[in-house]
Amino acid sequence: MIPVLLIVIPLVTGLISFFLKEERSAKAFALLSSVATLAVSLISLFQSGDSLSTDASWLPMLGSRFSVSLDGMGKILTLLTAVSFPIIFAATYNNKYKSPNAFYGFMLLTQAGLMGVFCAMDLFLFYFFWELALIPAYFLCSKWGGEKRIPVTFKFFVYTFLGSLLMLVGILFVYFKTPDHSFAISSLYNLALTYGEESFIFWLFFIAFAIKMPVFPFHTWQPDTYEQAPTAVTMVLSGIMVKMGVFAVIRWLLPMFPGASERMADIVMILAVTGMIYASLIAIRQDDMKRLVAYSSIAHIGLMAASMFTGSASGIQGVIFQMFAHGINIIGLWIVIDVIEQQLGTRKFSELGGLAQKAPVLAIMFVIMSFANIALPLTNSFVGEFLMFNSVFNYSIVLGAVACISIILAAVYTLWMVQKVFYGEVANEDRVVLNVPINTQLMLAVLVAVVLFFGIYPQPMINLTSETVTKIIAQIK
Amino acid sequence: MSKFVYLVPLFPLIGFLINGLGRKSLSKSLIGLIGSAVILASFAVSLGIFFQVKQEGFQPQVIHLFDFIKVQSFNIPFAFQVDQLSSLFLLIITGVGFLIHVYSTSYMHNEEPQHYGRYFAYLNLFVFSMLLLVLGANYVIMFIGWEGVGLCSYLLIGFWFKNNNYNYAARKAFVMNRIGDVGFLLAVFWILAKLGTVSYGDVFARASTFSTFDVTAITMLLFVGAMGKSAQIPLYTWLPDAMAGPTPVSALIHAATMVTAGIYMIVRSNVLYTMAPTTMTVVAVVGLATAFLAATIALKQNDIKKVLAYSTVSQLGYMFLGLGVGAYTGAVFHVMTHAFFKALLFLGAGSVIHAMGNEQDIRSMGGLKKYMPITHITFLLACLAIAGIPPFSGFFSKDEILAAAYEHNKVLWLIGAITAGLTAFYMFRLYVMTFLGGFRGTHDQEHHLHESPSAMTIPLIILAVLSVVGGFVGIPEAFAHNAHALEHFLSPVIVKSTETAHALDTGTEYMLMAISVGLAVIAIIYAWTRFSKKPEIAEAEGAGKLLANKWYVDELYDKVIANPLVALGGFLKNVIEKSGIDGIVNGVGRGVNYAGRQMRLMQSGQVGNYILLMVLSMVLMIILVFYGNNLNPVLKYFSK
Amino acid sequence: MPITYYIVLSIVLFCIGVVGVLTRRNAIIIFMCVELMLNAVNLLLVAFSKMHNGVAMAKDPASTVGIDGQLFVFFIMVVAAAEVCVGLSIIVMVYRNTHSVDVNFLNRLKN
Repeated sequence: MIPVLLIVIPLVTGLISFFLKEERSAKAFALLSSVATLAVSLISLFQSGDSLSTDASWLPMLGSRFSVSLDGMGKILTLLTAVSFPIIFAATYNNKYKSPNAFYGFMLLTQAGLMGVFCAMDLFLFYFFWELALIPAYFLCSKWGGEKRIPVTFKFFVYTFLGSLLMLVGILFVYFKTPDHSFAISSLYNLALTYGEESFIFWLFFIAFAIKMPVFPFHTWQPDTYEQAPTAVTMVLSGIMVKMGVFAVIRWLLPMFPGASERMADIVMILAVTGMIYASLIAIRQDDMKRLVAYSSIAHIGLMAASMFTGSASGIQGVIFQMFAHGINIIGLWIVIDVIEQQLGTRKFSELGGLAQKAPVLAIMFVIMSFANIALPLTNSFVGEFLMFNSVFNYSIVLGAVACISIILAAVYTLWMVQKVFYGEVANEDRVVLNVPINTQLMLAVLVAVVLFFGIYPQPMINLTSETVTKIIAQIK
Repeated sequence: MSKFVYLVPLFPLIGFLINGLGRKSLSKSLIGLIGSAVILASFAVSLGIFFQVKQEGFQPQVIHLFDFIKVQSFNIPFAFQVDQLSSLFLLIITGVGFLIHVYSTSYMHNEEPQHYGRYFAYLNLFVFSMLLLVLGANYVIMFIGWEGVGLCSYLLIGFWFKNNNYNYAARKAFVMNRIGDVGFLLAVFWILAKLGTVSYGDVFARASTFSTFDVTAITMLLFVGAMGKSAQIPLYTWLPDAMAGPTPVSALIHAATMVTAGIYMIVRSNVLYTMAPTTMTVVAVVGLATAFLAATIALKQNDIKKVLAYSTVSQLGYMFLGLGVGAYTGAVFHVMTHAFFKALLFLGAGSVIHAMGNEQDIRSMGGLKKYMPITHITFLLACLAIAGIPPFSGFFSKDEILAAAYEHNKVLWLIGAITAGLTAFYMFRLYVMTFLGGFRGTHDQEHHLHESPSAMTIPLIILAVLSVVGGFVGIPEAFAHNAHALEHFLSPVIVKSTETAHALDTGTEYMLMAISVGLAVIAIIYAWTRFSKKPEIAEAEGAGKLLANKWYVDELYDKVIANPLVALGGFLKNVIEKSGIDGIVNGVGRGVNYAGRQMRLMQSGQVGNYILLMVLSMVLMIILVFYGNNLNPVLKYFSK
Repeated sequence: MPITYYIVLSIVLFCIGVVGVLTRRNAIIIFMCVELMLNAVNLLLVAFSKMHNGVAMAKDPASTVGIDGQLFVFFIMVVAAAEVCVGLSIIVMVYRNTHSVDVNFLNRLKN
C-alpha cells in the first residue's frame, strides 16, 4: 500500500494542481502534497512485510503487472525524493513563476514518476515511470528555463530519448527471452542469455543509464541543462533524477546481466574514472556557479559509476549511501546559488565577492555544504566516498589512486568557488542587498542537520540497505 | 578516569557550539571565558587520564563509543584509545591550547564581537579535531581528526577573509594538505584490503602478515600524508604562507600541535615503520633535507613570523630525521619541547606585533627590550632553547635526535649539526634585530610601544618556564642512568628497535653534545656581534636573494604543476568538451537538421510532383510484388 | 472476344489517364484524366466479371459467381460522381480566387 500512496499522492495532486487558479494556492497545495508524501515515506522506514508491496493486474495482454515494492534501497531513494521536494518547494517559496499552477503540476508529476521508478518491480512499469519522470522535466526546462532554454532542452531531449529508445529495444529483447513472457523482476533475474546477447543488451541498457547519470562521455547535456533550467528544476534533476540512472544500474543492469557486467567492468570503470578527472579539471576553469556545481556532480557520479561495477558489497553499499548524501548536498548548494541569483541577478564569479560580510548565515551554510561536497569527514558524503574509494581501490590499485586525485581537485575548485563568491572585498557594492528569507534559512539548516547527522552516525542508513546489498551481491555472484 | 576520555574532545565541541551559535548574542568576555574554560576542563580530564596511565602496569584501553561504519566486509568503530602516547599528546594539546586561548582573549580583543565569537569557535573546533586525531583508536578516526584540523587550519588562516591574499594562502594550505590526505587515505585502503581492519591493536598485532612490499607501500603512503600535514619537502610551502592567520593560531596550529600530527602518526605506526627500512631511510633523508633547506631560507627572511615559520618547518624536519633513524622517543620528545618553545616564540612575536601595531617586518623594529621586558626575556629563553643551549629543553631533545642520527649514519649527523648551527644563527639574528639596538620604526609606532596585558604575558611566562625545564623529562643516559623518564613512559607503545641511542658510549655522546653546542654558541656570538652593531636593512643580493626568495620553489611549483593543470583544464573545457564531445552531439543534431532541410525541397507544393512520386512508388511496389521473389536473398539478409 | 483485348484497352486508357494527370496543368483536364483512369478500371472489372460469370454459367445456369465485380463498378461510379461534385466545386472556388485553373499556381503547400 505504501508505494502506491507514494506514487498516487503526487500524481493526483499534480493533476489537480493544473486547475488551481491562484499562485498562492498552487504553492501551498504543492507544499502540502509533498509534506504528505514525506509523511508516508517516513512511515515506510518503520514498516516491513506486506504493507511495502503491491501487485495488481495492469496490462495482462503484455504480461506486465503493476508490481511495486520497497526494499532498503527503494526506501532510501523514495525518502530522498520525499525529503527533497518539500525542501525545494519551501526554499524557493518566494520565487515567482509564470503560470505557477502548471509549474507545480509538472513538478509533482515528476515526483510521481521518480517515486514509481524507485518502487517498480516490473521492467515495463519501470520504463513507464522513467518516461513519466522525464517528460514533465522537458516541459519544465523548456517553458521556465533561461535564455538559451530551447536549444539546450532540445539537446537534453535528444540525449535522453536516445537512451530511452535503446533501453526500450533492450527491454523488448529481454521480454522475449523470458520463458513466461513477463516483465517481472523475478523472471528477468533468471534470464538465460548467450554470451553475445548478454554483451549486446548490456550496452543498450548501460548507455541509457549512463546518459542519465551521466557518465563521461555522455554527459554534455548536463551542464547546459543545469545552467538553463530554473533552479528548482535543477535541484530535482541533479538531486534526484540523476540517481535514477545509478539506481537502475543497481536494480536492473547488474542483476540482469551479471556476466556482462563483470566483463565490461574494466571499460566502464576506466570511462568513469576518466570522467571524474576530466570533469574536475573542467570545473576548475568554470566562471559560473551552476556550471561548476554541474561538473562537480559529474565527477561525483563518476565515482558512483566506477564503484558500482566493482561488484563488492562495500562499493554498492557506498553508492546507495552516497546517492542520498549527494542528493542532499547538491540541493543545499543549489538553494544557496538560487538565493544569490534571485537577489543579485548573477552567478558569475567575476561579478560576485565578499558575500560573507553581507550574508554570514548563508556563507556558513554554503561553506558546510561545500565541505560536504568535497567529502570532509563527519559530513555524510565522507562515509559514502570512503566506501566507494575503498572498493575501487580493492578492484584496482591504479584506478583507485587515479580516482583519488579527484579528491584533491575537488578541494581546488570548491574552495575556489567559496573564495570567489563569499570571501574577499564586496564586489558591486550598490547591488549587494542580500536578504536571505527565513524559510530558505530554515531549509538550509535542515539540510545541514541531515548532512551532519549521517556524517557522524551513518549506521542506521547502512543497516537499512545491507539486506538489499546482500541480495544483489548474491545475484551477481 | 579513562572511561571519561570522551569528555576530553566533548568540552571543546560544546565550546564550539556555544561560541559558534551564540557569537552574535554573547558578550566578548563571555565568549573568551567559555572558549578558554572548555579547554581548561579538557586539560583537567587529560591530567587525570595522564596520571592513571602513568601508573605501572597500565594497559592501553580502547573505549568503544559506537559503530561508525559497519559493512559486511569490515567494521570501523568510533573508538578512542587511551595509552601513553595519546595521553601525552592530550596534555600537550590541551595544555598549550589553553594557554593560547587565554592569550587570544587579549590578542583578538579588537575584533568585532561576532568575529571574536567565530574565532573562538574555530579555535575550539580545532582543539576538538586535534583531540580526535590523537585519541582515535583506528586510522579512520585519526583521519577524521586529520582532515578536521586541516579544515580548521583553512578557516583560521583565512580568518580575515576580506583579504584575498589570505584566502589564497588558506586554500593553498588546504589543497596541499589534501594531497597528503590522499596518501593517507590510500594507505588506509591498503591496510583495509590486506587485513580487513584499521584498528591499531589488530593492525599491529597482525603486521607480520604484511609482505615487505605492502608494508613499504603503506608506510610510504602514510608518510605522504605526514609530508602534507607536517610540511615536509615537497609539500612544505603552505606553512610559511599560513602565517596569514592570527598569530595565536600560528602558535597553536602551525607550530605546537597540528603540524606535529605527522610525527604522532608515524610514532603511532612505529610497528609498521620498523618493518620497512626503505621508508625509514626516505623519512630520514626527507626530514633532514627539509630541516636544512628551511633553515637556509630562514636566514634571509625579514618577516618575524616567516622566520618562525621556516624555523618550524626546519624543526619538523629534525623530528622526521629522528623518526627516520628510529629515535621515536626522541621525536616525541622534540615535539613536546618544540611545542613549548615554538609556541612561546610565536606568542612572543604576537606580543611584539601587537605592540608595533601589526608591523611584522623586523627591519622596522629594534630596541624593544626596554619597552617590553617580559616579552623580551621569555623570547630570549625560547631562542636559547631552540638553539640547543644546555640546560634548556631544546638541548636535550635535539641532542637525542642527533645522537641517534650519528649512530645511524655520520653524514646525517653532520648535516643535522650544521643545521643546528644555522638555527642558532637565524634565531639570534631575529632576536637581536627585534630587541636590541635602536628603534627603527616610525615615531607613531614608538609612541605606542608598550608591554602586552597580563592575559598575554602570563602564558608567555608559563611557556618560558616549560621551555626551560621541559627537557628534564628526558635526561640522556650519559648524564644519569635511567633518568630518561619520557622513554620509560613511552616504552610500552614503542617497539624496541635493535639499535638504540644508548649503544653509543658515554665519551662519544659527550663529544657530540660538545660539537653541536659549540656550533650553536659560535653561531649565536657571530649573529650577536654582527647584527647588534649593524642591523641588516638592505635587500638581499646574490645567494642571499635566492634564499630571500625561498629558492624560488613556489614559482617552480606554479610553473610545473599549477599552470599546466589549469591549462589542461582550459584545453579540456574549450577544445575537448566544446568541439569534441559537444561537437559530435551537435553534429548529429545539425546533420538531422540539414537532412531535413534538404528533404523539404521535395515538398515543392506542385501537386504534379506529388502525383509523379506517387505513381513511381506504385510502379516500384508492383515490380516488388511481381518480381519480389528474385529479391528474396536481400530481404532475408535484412530481416535477420 | 479474348480477355486480353479488354486488358490491353484498359491499360492503354489508364496510361493515357496517368500521363494526362502528370503532364497537363489545367485542373479540369486533370480531372477528366482521373475519370479516364477510373473508367479504365471499371472496364477491367466488368470484363473480368463477365469472364468468371461465363465460366460458372456453363456448369450452373443460375450461378452468380463474379457478379460482385459489376457491383464494385457501381460503387466506383457513385464515388466518382461524388468526387466530381466536390472536385468541380473546388475548381470553381479556385477559379474565383485566382482567375485560373492552372494547378501550378496552387503551390501554397510548400510552406
